Amino acid sequence: MRRAPLSLRLRLVLQLLGIAAVLAIMLYFTVRTVAEQAAEATQDGVLGAATLAIAESLQGGDSGVGVDLPYEAFSILGSISADRVFYRIDADGATLTGYDDLPLPEEAGVAVVPVFYTRPFRDTEVRIAAVARMLLVAREPVPVLVMVAQTRQGQEAIAQRVAQRAAAIGLGSFALAAALSLLTAGSVLRPINRLADAVGRRGPQDLRSVDRPTPAELRPLVTALNGFIARLRGALNRTETFIAEAAHHIRTPLATVRARAEIALRQSKSEEMRATLRAVIRAVEESSRSAGQLLDHATVVARTDRLADEKVDLAKLVAAQADAFRPTAELRDLTIHHSGTDRPVIVQGDRALIEAALRNLIDNAIKYSPPETSVDLDLTTGAEALIEVADRGRGLSGQAQSKLTQRFIRGENAGDIIGSGLGLTIVAEVAVAHGGHFDLTEREGGGACARLYLPLA
Amino acid sequence: MRTALLAIGVIIGLTRFAAGFTVEEETVFPSAGVEQQRIAILSTTDTAVLKPLIEAYQSRNPDIAVHYTVASSQEVFAAIQSERLAFDLVISSAMDLQMKLANDGFAAPYRSAATEALPRWARWQDRLFAFAQENVVLIASNEGLEGLGLPQTRRDLIEMLRDNPNRFRGRIGTYDPSLSGAGYLFATQDARQSDSFWRLAEVMGSLAPRLYISSNDMITDLKQGTLVLAYNVLGSYAGPRLAGDGDTSVVELEDHTLTLLRTGLVPTTAETPELGGAFLDFLLGAEGRRLLRDAAGLPPIDETALSSGPHLRPMRLDPGLLVFLDAIKRRAFLDEWSAALQQN
Ligand SMILES: Nc1ncnc2c1ncn2[C@@H]1O[C@H](COP(=O)(O)OP(=O)(O)OP(=O)(O)O)[C@@H](O)[C@H]1O
Ligand SMILES: [Mg+2]
Repeated sequence: MRRAPLSLRLRLVLQLLGIAAVLAIMLYFTVRTVAEQAAEATQDGVLGAATLAIAESLQGGDSGVGVDLPYEAFSILGSISADRVFYRIDADGATLTGYDDLPLPEEAGVAVVPVFYTRPFRDTEVRIAAVARMLLVAREPVPVLVMVAQTRQGQEAIAQRVAQRAAAIGLGSFALAAALSLLTAGSVLRPINRLADAVGRRGPQDLRSVDRPTPAELRPLVTALNGFIARLRGALNRTETFIAEAAHHIRTPLATVRARAEIALRQSKSEEMRATLRAVIRAVEESSRSAGQLLDHATVVARTDRLADEKVDLAKLVAAQADAFRPTAELRDLTIHHSGTDRPVIVQGDRALIEAALRNLIDNAIKYSPPETSVDLDLTTGAEALIEVADRGRGLSGQAQSKLTQRFIRGENAGDIIGSGLGLTIVAEVAVAHGGHFDLTEREGGGACARLYLPLA
Repeated sequence: MRTALLAIGVIIGLTRFAAGFTVEEETVFPSAGVEQQRIAILSTTDTAVLKPLIEAYQSRNPDIAVHYTVASSQEVFAAIQSERLAFDLVISSAMDLQMKLANDGFAAPYRSAATEALPRWARWQDRLFAFAQENVVLIASNEGLEGLGLPQTRRDLIEMLRDNPNRFRGRIGTYDPSLSGAGYLFATQDARQSDSFWRLAEVMGSLAPRLYISSNDMITDLKQGTLVLAYNVLGSYAGPRLAGDGDTSVVELEDHTLTLLRTGLVPTTAETPELGGAFLDFLLGAEGRRLLRDAAGLPPIDETALSSGPHLRPMRLDPGLLVFLDAIKRRAFLDEWSAALQQN
């Protein structure tokens, strides 16, 4: 039981989402840290100012250290956020006034600028600013330490607000990133989908290599695909070549057999023998015809995926084929007429294939017509070029065209006429390869009418 | 029936708690129904003042008994700070001491719709809540001032005292800030508001002022004619007692008139803090406010009263209040005060 691998899109989206989540979390913590530092800096500023204000109110003198706690400094401390305030003033190591359990700074030599530290105090945690001063008391220098502390509730409230904002920002940016990653996944995978579409839309015969522009990352895939197509084409070619060669190899000895059988027929006196020889000759003819048609068919199939792309003048082609078939037709007391061939009708395509198709149509018309009738070739142009091959033969006896164009299928009306059932298959394939179409209908007034449509150049 | 019960519950006089804290009055208001719970309230406000509110509260909550203890503001402070006694609610007019209790971590946080509705200036964090605002006024005897007119500012007052030393000698009263917590708070806040306080102290000092430790005593002496003027008297006491008395006037000085906030807090030592909070909510609620104004004579918190009285200066509920509680600061202030008073 092998599990299907994750879809590329899902994999891409998941990874992008993972990255977005990591970035959003980093953003959240960065915003928080920065804002908390800013809030702490603000609190420190006010706290430091209050501490300095007290330090400045200190006075030396003969009677001891004098302090005049500034009311406003305390009032302001409390007004920024309703935080609790504590203070302590030490002179010469003994607490002069204030909260004597307020923690002292760790460093002994506190400077004139305030130092800040955070400590647990009583039931809470406080931020403390400490400032040192020297005072002259009875002409002796006395070190005085001023400490002002404030609880951190205000700051925590800010931190909480900031954390909420930061979370909102983080979530928002994650949502945005998620939306963007979906778009990105779509756009990254679009060339792959397009390539798959382009290859998928191809006709069954289309073995051209893929040459649409693709991103560098897809090039190995396209190259491999093209290599595969090339090998497939090669294999097909070899098969067609083999069929063509095989047909050729069969035809040559068949010709010899036929020649010998005819000589034998002429020399033979026994009526029984002559009948046998006639049957042999007919079988040989049929085999030879089949080999020829197989060869033609192989050629058509081999050429359809790389059609020669040339300008073909149908007027000339029709006229030339009419001329080429005239001797055969005269042998059967048939006349061939062609019309619409006095001015060029140009289509884009493969001359050899169009010629093969036309040949098969004329061949059918002659084959299935009684003597003393005529075969009419007519070339016209409308939206497309149209070659019409009409005869006054036996007609189709109501058989469907779709059936008659199948490989090796011959009509019930074919009777004893030699054929292999490949002619119309060739015609239909040529029409499709050129982007045209073909139909075969009963002709008004008797006979059949074949029409080959080809797009104009 | 109720009075009978009350009589049993009331213990008048000074009781000493085992730990050594002095109580002025201790009253148990028994529950109307079966007692389920008991609120212990420690207060500086006389029982008689808050009695209508307590009774109204009990009629709403018949299963609650109220144990109401009255002590001086210093004793109230000490009971919580050093004795750590278990009370559910502490009510005091000494804003500075209440602030110190809250600041030093003796007040538990409490939050309710009623406390949230308080204006910012009427609460500190969610630990200290004001429920009454009382102006600090000058009271005067109309007869004693005859021919001089009522002073409207401290400058008027100083001039009047200076110009008529004989009329006022020995007949001016004010708080002794060294003995009265309220007096000390009023004096320090006055001094903060303007320098005229010190000039007034000097002028009063030259006129042999009488020093008091309670507003009620000053009001009594004024009514009896011993005093012509009493400076820094709690308006909430003077108003009801002097109402309808044509011989006296209550003056809110126009240069500035301090407004004291009477505050409550739920101490961390409370055994049933939710009951303390509930009673506080009642004080702050619509019925409590009405009863405070009409029955207790204490003006409830009212933002519009402040904005329509531009001379009113509510004392700020912030750590600034701690400054004058500092021992050194206090000594310095009192030294300066007695120097100003005794200079002549
Ligand atoms: N002009 C026509 N008149 C009557 N029937 C026709 C005509 N053309 C084709 N047919 C019918 O269609 C069938 C298929 O034609 P197709 O050309 O494919 O085969 P074929 O002529 O029998 O053999 P070959 O491969 O030698 O041409 C014929 O067998 C015949 O029955
Ligand atoms: Mg044919």
